[in-house]
Amino acid sequence: MARVPMRPPSGPCWVAERGLTPPVLTPVLAAALGLALLLAVASGPYGLSPGQILAILTGDRSDPQAATVLINIRLPRVLAAAVLGAALASAGAAYQTVFRNPLVSPDILGVSAGAGFGAVLGILLGLPVIAIQLLGFATGLVTVGLVLALGLVLRGGGQVLVMVLCGIAIGALAGAGISLVKLLADPEQQLPAITFWLMGSLAGIKRADIALALPAVLVGLAPLIVLRWRIGLLAMGEDEAQAMGVNARALRLLVIACATLMTSAAVSMAGVIGWVGLMVPHMARLMTGPRFDRLLPAALLIGAGFMVLVDTAARSIAGIELPLGILTAVLGAPVFIGLLGRGARAGWAA
Amino acid sequence: MTPLLATRGLAVGHGGRALIAGLELRLPPGQVLCVLGPNGAGKTTLFRTLLGLIPPVAGEVLLAGAPLAQLSRRRIAARLAHVPQALANPFAFAALDIVLMGAAARLGPLARPGPPETARAMAALQRLGIADLAQARIGQLSGGQRQLVLIARALAQQAAALIMDEPTASLDFANRRRVGQAIRDLAGAGHGIILSSHDPDHAAALADQVLLMGRHGVIASGTVDGTMTAANLSQLYGIAVSRQQDAGGALHFR
Repeated sequence: MARVPMRPPSGPCWVAERGLTPPVLTPVLAAALGLALLLAVASGPYGLSPGQILAILTGDRSDPQAATVLINIRLPRVLAAAVLGAALASAGAAYQTVFRNPLVSPDILGVSAGAGFGAVLGILLGLPVIAIQLLGFATGLVTVGLVLALGLVLRGGGQVLVMVLCGIAIGALAGAGISLVKLLADPEQQLPAITFWLMGSLAGIKRADIALALPAVLVGLAPLIVLRWRIGLLAMGEDEAQAMGVNARALRLLVIACATLMTSAAVSMAGVIGWVGLMVPHMARLMTGPRFDRLLPAALLIGAGFMVLVDTAARSIAGIELPLGILTAVLGAPVFIGLLGRGARAGWAA
Repeated sequence: MTPLLATRGLAVGHGGRALIAGLELRLPPGQVLCVLGPNGAGKTTLFRTLLGLIPPVAGEVLLAGAPLAQLSRRRIAARLAHVPQALANPFAFAALDIVLMGAAARLGPLARPGPPETARAMAALQRLGIADLAQARIGQLSGGQRQLVLIARALAQQAAALIMDEPTASLDFANRRRVGQAIRDLAGAGHGIILSSHDPDHAAALADQVLLMGRHGVIASGTVDGTMTAANLSQLYGIAVSRQQDAGGALHFR
């Protein structure tokens, strides 16, 4: 009898292994981010050509005004936008994976509302900007800590649904606190500042602001990157992940802590900006599939590029600065609805 | 020979209350142990205890002679794999990606699966005859195919002992036969398998030993022929059960 050759997997071999998808995708996304950064740095009321930008970055100070605009205004803002988008999108991808729900966003555990409450309280108390940021950062972390502790107390072991419902409850509480602060605020000075902050903006960002947020974002991101394949197993649920040899509870808590740290840093730097953390992981998942080790780098790069472009639009399309939160919602809602239509066939939902 | 899995005076339950006590199981290589019983008898609780997901109320579980309580998650997973019921996942993983997850038991915490793990995962799919489904999204597969993918994942985990939650429940006739054949083949290759079933005929055809778990404790355990008597099964399910043997020697219960 003739030996039947073993049947190879269908499709070309690079499809079968699928190991090539990220090596191709990642440089493409990185190049797109580079273009977005260049466009954002070049555009603005004081126009800078790519040649000028390169010259200044390599130490040429023959045009001091251009150098000042680039180094003190344009670059910090563009970099802040990139860090903000990368942090929100990575955190969103992480939350969606560990909560096994593609509709979860980084503020699911109340971190945005908590950080928002701290920041508006800081504005009400007339604190300096750096203190407002620190207060927002701290209350964001405290809020999530409270939610996790409540989840543990109520169900003795981090049931996902209980945790999310606690997040909604505590978030509502923080929302009430924000409303109270708005009521108490001086309507001439403080209330506009609070309102603008709650809609999110990078106007007036300084290098010191980034110096505060960037380390927290990196500290949160590093464990997600090095553990990214194992984190992906949490998408199968706690029991299954444990039976496969993953310390699921500890890993999930670590991921939540990291994502919260990143979100809290982002919110305290730029205010409350929705949609990015929900939508960008979806867009990334359409390209990479649901594996977290492939999803995370794609979400990070797309999030950074998206935010850089949105922020450039925010300071370019109208005479006044448009709040980022409004732009992300205007862009996000239709894109998200479009993704939902495709979602059933690609990336998520069986 | 050291059994792949054994229990000593094991009692399982929740919150210190035992559903089942005094379990003395022994699963040598090459054997299939089938757990039969009505819903609520504690089959799932038993399996979760054997997997180390919940602590025993009393007694201990031994994996290849080593007490389960002293093994890390990864060491447990390297000896004992779980094949859960194929439930829906919110994410559309490719079958190969699911099978690759089995490598977690043998990879360091920071490692990602590489070509050797991928080859092993493909070999596991091949062995179950579903290599052509490697790139298929899990949500697009039939229930039987999904069950086979999860069995392939357990093989990729390279554990000698397997625990399967009702592997043939809700499968059609052909898939039930396919999964049943896969289970017997695995036992033939030296794996030890514990599974639960709601179908006495199927259990009798598959198993080497059976454990009858009633609502008030173990009714009987041992060989298929000696344990699956009409009297025992009548007591187990609370209805009159009769047993017949056909010309081929297979047992039928009605």
